[in-house]
Amino acid sequence: MESTGAKFDVTKLDLWYGQTQALNQVSMKIEANSITALIGPSGCGKSTFLRVLDRMNDLIDGVRVEGTVLYDGADIFGSADVIDLRKRIGMVFQKPNPFPMSVFDNVAYGPRVHGLHARTAAEKRHLSELVEKSLVNAALFDEVKDRLHKSALGLSGGQQQRLCIARVLAVEPDVLLMDEPTSALDPISTAKIEALLDELKVRYTIVIVTHNMQQAGRVSDSTGFFLHGELVEYAPTKEIFFNPRDKRTENYISGRFG
Amino acid sequence: MKRRILFEKGAEALLFACALVSILTVVFITVFLFQRGLPLFAKTSMAAFLFGTNWEPTAATPHYGILSFILGSVYVTGLSLVFAVPVGLSVGIYLAELADKQASRGIRAAVEILAGIPSVIYGLFGIAIISSVTRTLFGGSGYSLLSASIVLAIMTLPTIINVTEVSLRAVPRELKEGSLALGATHWQTIVRVLVPAARSGIIAGVVLGMGRAIGETMAVLMVGGNAPIMPSGLTGKVRTLTMNIITDMSYAKGDHLTSLFATGIVLFVFILALNLTVQLALKRSISGTEGSAGA
Repeated sequence: MESTGAKFDVTKLDLWYGQTQALNQVSMKIEANSITALIGPSGCGKSTFLRVLDRMNDLIDGVRVEGTVLYDGADIFGSADVIDLRKRIGMVFQKPNPFPMSVFDNVAYGPRVHGLHARTAAEKRHLSELVEKSLVNAALFDEVKDRLHKSALGLSGGQQQRLCIARVLAVEPDVLLMDEPTSALDPISTAKIEALLDELKVRYTIVIVTHNMQQAGRVSDSTGFFLHGELVEYAPTKEIFFNPRDKRTENYISGRFG
Repeated sequence: MKRRILFEKGAEALLFACALVSILTVVFITVFLFQRGLPLFAKTSMAAFLFGTNWEPTAATPHYGILSFILGSVYVTGLSLVFAVPVGLSVGIYLAELADKQASRGIRAAVEILAGIPSVIYGLFGIAIISSVTRTLFGGSGYSLLSASIVLAIMTLPTIINVTEVSLRAVPRELKEGSLALGATHWQTIVRVLVPAARSGIIAGVVLGMGRAIGETMAVLMVGGNAPIMPSGLTGKVRTLTMNIITDMSYAKGDHLTSLFATGIVLFVFILALNLTVQLALKRSISGTEGSAGA
């Protein structure tokens, strides 16, 4: 591979939902250990693009994909094992989706399905350390340490979303995909999660879909602007915001539509 | 203007009256059943009735012990669930999660037909096939607790299948995606997230099926053997509460007839308890869903 830093190398990606084309010739390189924001109006294909990266679109009937997506140089549609792919590429959703089980069990879910059985005392300790570490890294531990074994559904929306981040971190992924992770949250919870992103990018490659341009401006290193399924412009965030090359980007950034 | 309001009020009153009919029917049935059944306890004690094992309603000194039939109902229903729950759950999971459109359409049609078959046909099927199979395999007459349970299991399958499927489909899509996105397999997602999330609904379905099973009369009558004795094992003959009522009803007189109404009361109480359980389970499942949408 020519560019050593690219975590994802997407070339000429087309995607159809049945007869409707949702992505059109999207090419994009996503750098490791950076935060890449995807912006654009509703229905522009940014979430669809995100969901291609860990093949969550496989779940939808009638989806057809053409083009290549290389992850660490390997084609994700080729021989790659989708389970292993999703283990290494974590996803945080728009709406917090904790499982109806305890806080602890939510975080332990990933490690458990990947074969970490807490049978012996040492394994049990390892699991609870992993859970604690993940909660600490998601900036949630102090708020839930006294109620680890109570239902996660009792947490506030912002806490639930950080729990979902902790749940992903516990699988020890390499990439975090986030689909409008703060759109259902209040400003304080949003600020907490944005602060968290900055810490996380040291260890993870983060791709975040957001319809909040201020958020993209605050947190991201690079920004891609999608419109009607096309990647109109993709550049360092500063350039997109202060010196957009495409007229459409400029119109969107300046709030003329969207 | 006035006429329209009058019409509105009239329609409302009519619908309310219809709704009232269903409530009144329940009340009437309850009152009537108790009124006809309770006088038995002037002749024999409730303990002797419920825990007596001796059913000799026409003897010179009659005995009205129905414990054998209570146990018969409990055993037959319980055993039928042992067969029906694993199969029903599996089919429900298959329909909700695994089957492609064509397969699920076919299976659903079959399940609907299964639900619509009259119980006497199940009885005929039980006599023709099930009793002879159990006779060949396990001995005895073939008219037994085991045969009755198998027939009942088939009859309760549609309820359990439908409720399982519906409950699984009602689990928010986000939970499934959340699990798969963590790298869980589809199967792990089903077993560890979807089924637990749908648990209350599934339990309600099982209890609903139980209610159907315990109230079923004709099919069990045809294959159960209907001997008024304590159930003596899987291949032994069995009489349930429903069978007891239907068998003696054609000729019973006086206290004997009253004892059949009293048997009906016991059955009624069983059904009532099961229905309350269903309501509770469903209420819990609804509040559970609200919690997951949670703020």
